[in-house]
Parts: sequence; structure tokens; C-alpha cells
Amino acid sequence: MSAGAGNGATVAQRPMPFAVDSGLRLKVEQASYAYAATDRSAPKFTLGPTSFEAQQRELVAILGPNASGKSTLLKLLAGVLKPLSGRIEVDGQEVGDLDLRVRAQRIALVQQESELLFPLRVWEYVLQGRYPYGRRLRFESEEDCLLAGNALAQVGADELRDRWIDRLSGGEKQRVILARALAQQPALLLLDEPTQHLDIGGKVELLRRLRRLADENKYTVIVVTHELNLAAEFSDRVVLLHKGKSLRIGTPAEVYERDLLEDVFGAPLEVEMRASGRPRVILRGSH
Amino acid sequence: MRPLTPRRIMAICGLLFAVLFVVVVIALRTGAYPISLRDIVTTLFREALGRRDDIPLEFWQVVFGLRLPRIALGIMVGAALATSGAGFQALLRNPLAEPYVLGVSSGAALGAMLSLMVAPHIVGVIQLGAFVGAAATTAAVYFLGRRGGQLDSATLLLAGIISASFLSAAIMFLGTTMSGRDQRGMAFWLMGDLATPPSFHPGWLFVVLLVTIGSIYTTSSDLNLILTGEQEARHLGVNVNRVKLVVYLAASLLTGLAVSVGGAIGYVGLLVPHAMRMMFGTDYRLLIPTSAIGGAIIIVVADTLARTVVAPTELPVGAMTALAGAPVFIYLMRRRVR
Repeated sequence: MSAGAGNGATVAQRPMPFAVDSGLRLKVEQASYAYAATDRSAPKFTLGPTSFEAQQRELVAILGPNASGKSTLLKLLAGVLKPLSGRIEVDGQEVGDLDLRVRAQRIALVQQESELLFPLRVWEYVLQGRYPYGRRLRFESEEDCLLAGNALAQVGADELRDRWIDRLSGGEKQRVILARALAQQPALLLLDEPTQHLDIGGKVELLRRLRRLADENKYTVIVVTHELNLAAEFSDRVVLLHKGKSLRIGTPAEVYERDLLEDVFGAPLEVEMRASGRPRVILRGSH
Repeated sequence: MRPLTPRRIMAICGLLFAVLFVVVVIALRTGAYPISLRDIVTTLFREALGRRDDIPLEFWQVVFGLRLPRIALGIMVGAALATSGAGFQALLRNPLAEPYVLGVSSGAALGAMLSLMVAPHIVGVIQLGAFVGAAATTAAVYFLGRRGGQLDSATLLLAGIISASFLSAAIMFLGTTMSGRDQRGMAFWLMGDLATPPSFHPGWLFVVLLVTIGSIYTTSSDLNLILTGEQEARHLGVNVNRVKLVVYLAASLLTGLAVSVGGAIGYVGLLVPHAMRMMFGTDYRLLIPTSAIGGAIIIVVADTLARTVVAPTELPVGAMTALAGAPVFIYLMRRRVR
């Protein structure tokens, strides 16, 4: 067995077929998306042309209020939607051109949990992440089990492996869903509002974990969220969206400007710059 | 972590085959003309060795002329119905989906009756008509069961129940206009009956069933993922549309074939996959073959009961499966709604 047992870091150590050490992993060039035009109306843009790049080990937050185009952008990155114009490349290859299973080996998307029809054990669920690597009928190999075990260890969910998924708490379930994504051994890890059903402790723990996965395991992590302070604390780069337009892209310190955020989120906000160089957003009191 | 292995599938299927064998032997001895176990074994043994002359004529007629063909038909119908039930449950993402409850069996029965009226002399026309009827009903229920672009569990079941009652009424109407040898009795089309052997060699039925069940089996690891969510399955690399098309066509064909030779037997597609899930887990790579064998077992048992409990009269086999299946349906529905 080439992957060392018990070493949680092994999951990410797969040979990367493309120019990975150059550091550039995701390139979004003027990508836009619109629902098809009908006879009477022009195409309705849900996302105007957007460009940004993400390197290895980077955590990028896509920020914005509801209906700002965050999820549309994430779906474009995942290859679920095809951009109306522009290009999206992962490791130098256009996402739309990738075969479904190859795409699943490069990109893992963590969405809000969907309802399970029949109960599953945690380990069965995490093993599903090995599907893109399987053959017909896909009986899992020992290596698959090892990698799934490593993925569980990476999210600190080792002790959950024999539990039923539908009996887990929100935070535990979130970790297990993340473990399945890690079992895919992706280069790009996409998460759609992963903090939505978590309490503050769970939110911080999850973001810490994602930060660590990016730092230690070379993942490029893209998180859609509207948690301003968590994004400021943990991300390297922020893409701020509003009404389907990308308003600003940069480090949290570059993006977090009081007037801009107040305008986008429609709330009285104060932005403080902390000693760490990361901003903090506070709700301004009315009195 | 104990992932499923081909060896485990073989072991469990071997066990179920042994149960099926025992059930078949019991079914062979049971009936208005009881035959001892020893006679059954010697008869089977002699037939296998080609020493037919040594078998008393009445034994031969009862075992090979009457009971064994009926049992073989039951095995095939049970396997087809249970597999198509498991297929529909994954396709429609609904644990209560089943060809009879969804009205697909009634659609198949109506299709078979219509084709019988239009072109009674063409071999296989009943099967073709039943398949078309099943496929059309599945498609109709699928689209009627959607709300806001999504399949809705309760709406789907209602659509199925309404379709079933509408189609049953149409069957009763048509049944009154049929006569002579075409009319195999209303009970056949509404509640199932295995007393009449098909007009063609059952070997054909066996081959087609095997290929169709095999085609569902090739999608079984994809179905495992689809059951945890279609979107998720797509992100994991499953070609969801292709899988759904294969399962849709195969499950409709299985229902069509089963109904064309056995009538609309209900609840097998519900009872068997759920029992197998309880015993062996939800993995479709194991569920498909165990459901097929389990379906065969349950139909042989139900048919043996149907022809013996109120002897000399016979009940339709569907009455027996409904007696067992309806309470299970209610139990599953309440557990889900709770």
C-alpha cells in the first residue's frame, strides 16, 4: 500500500497531472451566465462577466447577499452550468471539456445536504467519494477504504465511521459530507454555504479545518458564504458579488470598505482594521 | 469499514437460491394431489437422467405438466416484479414506488389487452403492448408527480393511485367486450393469476428477463449514488440521464413482461426490496440480485397458498400478495411521514 496508513495528509498527496507547481489552479476569465432569452425579453443575467484566479493553497471566499449570483458562480466553477461567455480552467483545462468522471477527480462540490432515501453508514457514504476512480460495478479496493479512512481522519470524524448518517448532528454531518469530497482527492474543493446550519462554534471549526486543508494539503478551497467576519478571518482572497456583478476582487483588506459593504448588504456597518491586517465588520448601532 | 465484495454477493445469493429450492420442492408436493417428498425427488431425478418411462404417468402429469411450469412462471414473474420495484424506487427516488401502486402494472395490462384485441395472432404482441403500456404509464406518472419542476413524493403516489384506478376501470370496460379464449378472466388482469401458461416457450421469457435484470444491474453502483441525491451523483461523475433512461426502459419492460404472463400482481416490488434492504443493506449491487431471487421465492409461496388455502377453489395470486403487501405499504408510509 503506497499511501501510509494513519497519515491524514496522504489523501492530498496524489500526483497532479498538470502544471501544478506553477501554483495557478483555477482561472476564471470573463465568465458570465444568463438564463436563456425568451421571445419578449433579453437574456436575464444572473452573473455578469467575472474574472479571478486562485492558486494552490488558497482559500477564496465568494461573498454577497442573497440572489447576488454566488451559487451561479459556484455552479459554473463546478461545471454544472456552462458559461454563456468566457472560460473557466482548472489546472489548465477547460472545465466544460472534462469528462464527467475526470471532472469529479479534479473538482469536489460540497452542497447543502440532500435528503437520504435510505439510511447509510458514514463509511458507506464516504466511500462514495471513490466512485470517479472505479471500474464497472465499482467494488471498492483496499486502497479506496484506506483513502476514505484518511478522509474521515482529516475532518476529525474517525469515531463516526460506523454511525448512521441520519442520526448525526448538523456539524457532524457537515464533516462527513466534507470527508466524502476529500475522498475524491480533488484539486479544487468547492463549498456552497457550508456554515448555514452550524452554530458559531461549528462555523469557526469548519473554516479552521478548510484553512488547514488549504495550507497543509495543497487544496484550493472556494467557499460561498455571507459570513463577512469568517471570510475576513480565514480567506486569502474575496470575490464580492452584488446583483449578479462582481464588484471587487482582492484580499479582505482590499475589499472590505465600509461604504461598499453597506451598499451591498444594505445594513449600517463599521469596518475595523485589526493588528493582524484582517478587517472586522461590526453592525453599527442606531443609537 | 466492510465494503461489499463479489464473494459476499455470491454467498448471500447462494443462500437465497437454497431457500428458493426448498420452497419449490414444497410447492411441488403441495396441492389437491399430494405427492410425498420421496416421490418428488425420485421423479425429478429420473427426469434429469432421461428415464421418463420409469415415472408413473400421473406423477409426471402433475409435476411436469401442471405444477413445475406454474412454479417456473411464478419464479420469473416474481423476479421481474421485485427487480422493477427496486428500479422504480431508485428512479423515482421514492421508497413506496412499485409497479402496482404506481399504476404501471395496470398500464401494462391495458396495453396487453388492447394489443390482444388489435392483433391477436402475432406472437409476442401481448408482451410488446404490455411494455408500451407500462412505459407510457411510467412516463405519465413521472410528469404528473412533479411539482415546481421537482418530483414530489406524495404527488407522485397520488398520480400513481389515480392512474391505477382509471386504468383498472378501462380494463374492466374492455374485459366485458372480450370473449372466448382471449378472455382469461378479469381477475387475471386485475389481481394476477399464474394458472395459464404463456403461448410461447418460457425459455424466451427467461432469456429476456435475464438480460433486462442484467442491464439494471450494470447501473447498480450509479443507483447507489443517485439515491443520495441526483445533483450529488452528477458531481461524483454519474451520467444520471443515461442511468435513468436504462432503468426506466428496463423496469417498464420487466413490468410489461410480468403482467403479460401473470397479470397485475401487486406489492411484490414493494415487499421484496424492503425485506432485502432490512436483511442485507441498501447497496444496489446486492439489492438487485437478492430482490430477484426474493421475488421468485415470495411468488412461489404466495401462489402455493393461493391454490391451496381455499381448495378446491383458487384465489388469484395477487390477492395473497396484496394481503401481505398492503399492511407493509401502510407501515412504510407512516414511518416515513411520522
